[in-house]
Amino acid sequence: MLLVRKFAKDVPAVFGFFVVLFAVVVALFAEQLAPYPLDAYESHLLQRLQPPSWEFPFGTDNLGRDVFSRVILGTRSALLVACMVVALAMGIGVPLGLVAGYFGGWPSEIIMRVTDVFLAVPQLVLALALAQLLSPSLESAMLALTLTYWPFFTRIVYAETRRLKASLFVDALECLGARSARILVAHILPNTASPIIVRATIGMGFTILTAAVLGFLGVGATPPEPDWGLSIAESRQYLPEAWWFSTFPGLAIFFAVLGFNLLGDGLRDIVDPRLRRSR
Amino acid sequence: MTARPPRPDDPILDVRGLRVSISGDEGRAQVLDNVDLSIAPGRIVGVVGESGCGKSTVIRAVLRVLPRGAEVERGSIRFDGEDLLGLGEREMARRIRGKAIGFIPQDPYLALNPVFRVGTQLLEIMRWHAAAGDSGKAMRYGRAVRQRHRERLVELLRIVQVPDPGGALQRYPHQFSGGQRQRLLIAGALACEPRLVIADEPTTALDVTTQLEILKLLRSLAREFDVSMLFVTHDFGVVAQLCDEVNVIYAGQSVEAGDTADILQSPRHPYTRALIACHPDHSDDLTGIAGAVPSPLTPPPGCRFHPRCESARASCRDRRPSRVQIGSGHSVDCVLYGEAGEGSPGG
Repeated sequence: MLLVRKFAKDVPAVFGFFVVLFAVVVALFAEQLAPYPLDAYESHLLQRLQPPSWEFPFGTDNLGRDVFSRVILGTRSALLVACMVVALAMGIGVPLGLVAGYFGGWPSEIIMRVTDVFLAVPQLVLALALAQLLSPSLESAMLALTLTYWPFFTRIVYAETRRLKASLFVDALECLGARSARILVAHILPNTASPIIVRATIGMGFTILTAAVLGFLGVGATPPEPDWGLSIAESRQYLPEAWWFSTFPGLAIFFAVLGFNLLGDGLRDIVDPRLRRSR
Repeated sequence: MTARPPRPDDPILDVRGLRVSISGDEGRAQVLDNVDLSIAPGRIVGVVGESGCGKSTVIRAVLRVLPRGAEVERGSIRFDGEDLLGLGEREMARRIRGKAIGFIPQDPYLALNPVFRVGTQLLEIMRWHAAAGDSGKAMRYGRAVRQRHRERLVELLRIVQVPDPGGALQRYPHQFSGGQRQRLLIAGALACEPRLVIADEPTTALDVTTQLEILKLLRSLAREFDVSMLFVTHDFGVVAQLCDEVNVIYAGQSVEAGDTADILQSPRHPYTRALIACHPDHSDDLTGIAGAVPSPLTPPPGCRFHPRCESARASCRDRRPSRVQIGSGHSVDCVLYGEAGEGSPGG
């Protein structure tokens, strides 16, 4: 209860929380919320590029589809991609970081050098190259993002594990008869939770952004999927006259990323008892 | 292991001729060489020496938690008649560390995991060791067992004088002061009814008044729980207040051992004398011992103390002095007191 009250005092975090909550609700009930759910795939060429009106709050696109409906429908794929990518990247990155940080030796060297190689190249470039190798689809974009995002987790968890391994309480645990696996899973992992959570939440926003870029560049979602990045790509040639066509999907990306980042910061302050005192 | 049944006055812990070496990038270093240590039941034994003398390594060797690259090269460590060096890692973790040998870590501010409640951590230690004999899960996780552990822990916290023992279990480490945290850790060390408690400079991080309280507490606990104690410190003042016997270690070697009163009154080894003389209670001017502890990579030949020794002779450089018995239970490794075999003991 104390935690909830603390969190409630953190205005940006609460804002982020509600943005994320809103996005999740919209994604869950996209079909019910969208005024024209069929506009995901249907075109109505007679009403193309109409400006925002009561009938079409965000206007219509080049194929006469309701932009409002498509932004709503796009929420689902954006969140799905973000969740899947972050979860999979965590599943790969966190155990590798723990093992590399705790046990050291040559397995650690191999893991960390591979991580370095991944981190040396910008994630977007790497993801782009990977997605290009696979056939363009939402799934291959997800795979590409996962395979390029796990090193971020490995790096953070590795650093934290190294720090914690040298800490006195781990030493004390060893002297009190705790086994390596127990120390690693029950004591070090919870201590790395805060950076993992921060990285994961910010990573959600970041992944939405990167997935949109992949969609924009044509290696992610394929038409006629209602994807935010793809919509912006399609809208380019109608700028600046049909400003609504690109603006509203862009705003959707903006708020989703902002929401996740603010929430991530707020969560960190709550999870970490060391930081908690300082506020 | 010999088949002889242990006698009640057999030492709880008996370390003989211990040599530990660490291999690193710069070569091989003997951090401990020929360390002897014996703790009789119910006694509190101090291990004293300057920083870098290998005091903590003694503890780590006994608990078999030496750092990577370090290994026991020679010697024996017997605990309660059992050869600890012959035990597997699993056995050590299950039966010895934290169970038969309690451990009090050095810095109470850092020795608790900051993200868990104190009760969770202390009960966890008890849970690991709950079923040392039979490994039944029900035994370890049963509600009745948990309740019993909790009751015992609250009782222990009351004994170590933590205010509001029941509530303390629900709090996080940062909500306690240093002295209180050290009390929590002491309770943790006693939780599994150990026969020996090893303390690694447990009062160094505390202020002087708290230090005194903790020392008094340890003394009364040792009696109340009938445990022996191995107490590592660099402070002869602490030894004087707490320990029955002292082992002085210099550069990884035992140099003098005996009853505390005996050694404090008539220290024999020049190093022991210098250490006692350095204590602020004994010297008005802040003089130390000239020089520094040698690197274990390049120990001086012969007696390792000779470069800093005021009474060094030429022969000190050539060979290591052998152990000389002076009275009962007092031994010293120094040529000033004659060589074993040629000189008469008692000089």
